[in-house]
Amino acid sequence: MDGIHDLGGMDGFGRIDAEPDEPVFHAAWEGRVMAMQRAMMYAGAWNIDMLRYAQERLPPQVYLGVSYYERWALAAELSLVERGCGGGDELAAGHSLRPGKPLARKLTAAAVGEGLLRGGYARPAQGPARFAPGDRVRAKNIHPPTHTRLPRYVRGHVGTVERAHGCHVFPDSAAIDKGENPQWLYTVRFDGPELWGPDADPTVSVSVEAFEPYLEPAPESA
Amino acid sequence: MTEPDHTHAGEHGSELSAMQLRVRALETVLTEKGYVDPAALDAIIETYETRVGPHIGARVVAKAWVDPDFKRALLDDASRATGTLKLANPAGDHLVAVENTPTLHHMVVCTLCSCYPWDMLGLPPVWYKSAPYRSRAVKDPRGVLADFGVTLPASTAIRVWDSTAETRFMVVPMRPAGTEGWSEERLAQLVTRDSMIGTGLARNADEVA
Repeated sequence: MDGIHDLGGMDGFGRIDAEPDEPVFHAAWEGRVMAMQRAMMYAGAWNIDMLRYAQERLPPQVYLGVSYYERWALAAELSLVERGCGGGDELAAGHSLRPGKPLARKLTAAAVGEGLLRGGYARPAQGPARFAPGDRVRAKNIHPPTHTRLPRYVRGHVGTVERAHGCHVFPDSAAIDKGENPQWLYTVRFDGPELWGPDADPTVSVSVEAFEPYLEPAPESA
Repeated sequence: MTEPDHTHAGEHGSELSAMQLRVRALETVLTEKGYVDPAALDAIIETYETRVGPHIGARVVAKAWVDPDFKRALLDDASRATGTLKLANPAGDHLVAVENTPTLHHMVVCTLCSCYPWDMLGLPPVWYKSAPYRSRAVKDPRGVLADFGVTLPASTAIRVWDSTAETRFMVVPMRPAGTEGWSEERLAQLVTRDSMIGTGLARNADEVA
């Protein structure tokens, strides 16, 4: 979706304000939210792409107006209801009013070390790769109404495939409960002026990680 | 439920309390339904507050600085190479390490959300997840570096890596001059979090004991 989360290349947000000696969490509830999201994803209640998509659907003024972990809390509330794991009435009451839905597993304190290991997203290939390193490709001009990981700022632009990463879970499908639908994943590099025009810094290049359905062949020379 | 209690987080103590209550309600519901174990949540928090952080990535970088074979392996397949180090928190799959040189500087961002090499650097700082960084890194990386007090020669090209999939990126900064013969432990003290994101450089030799 063409949402507010897709921030690459926007102007006007001001200078970057790095906090010296920043704590890991700025309030205890931030850690609780982070941990609940991790535990619920471990349990299979929802997945990482659903967490992202839930945030993307927050109203733009909310997305920009609240803190990072507040977005995660709002996303948890939304996912809880959407995934049939709880009701808004229960969140309002602050208590469970009905039995829970059976989930695949439950994260115990003893299993936290293993449970926090990053899972792999590579999957067996469903077919041959369409592109190889060195190929010139154009990021498609597509505007899926649901979750996608193709940022707006590269759409329609031509770049070069730099690496092929094998087949990975396709977020566009996983976010909307349509399965893993594995797709080839590539690093595609774009020159600054291709993205930002002839006045852009020619010494800058930018890459995105692009799934094969985001790409089409481009002529060798523009 | 998508409407928050307020629109400006953390400006007032009373608003923080509202968030505390809201999150407590969520945890109570999840716990009573049997989905989460509060002790497991405690353990997750403790992991990221005390055990997983930039010191892990710094150890990897220091090793790469002193061991050319390891550096080659790291740049070839960082998940596999870091797996040989018996780290407190092993890197998951799809970790990519990229090396800064005098002619090429790397910078990592996630314009769409907050993807970050948690296993190597811990949880990301607020600025990494903020709109100013996410919007500008891909368009004006030299301006971003200026905000961090870093100026690179005009002859140094900049490569920005937008983390739009489950691949994760860490930068191997340049080894500072005057550190010949240093131990890995001492070198690791030079490796800052920001130098592994690409918004900073490693500390100078005279900045550590």
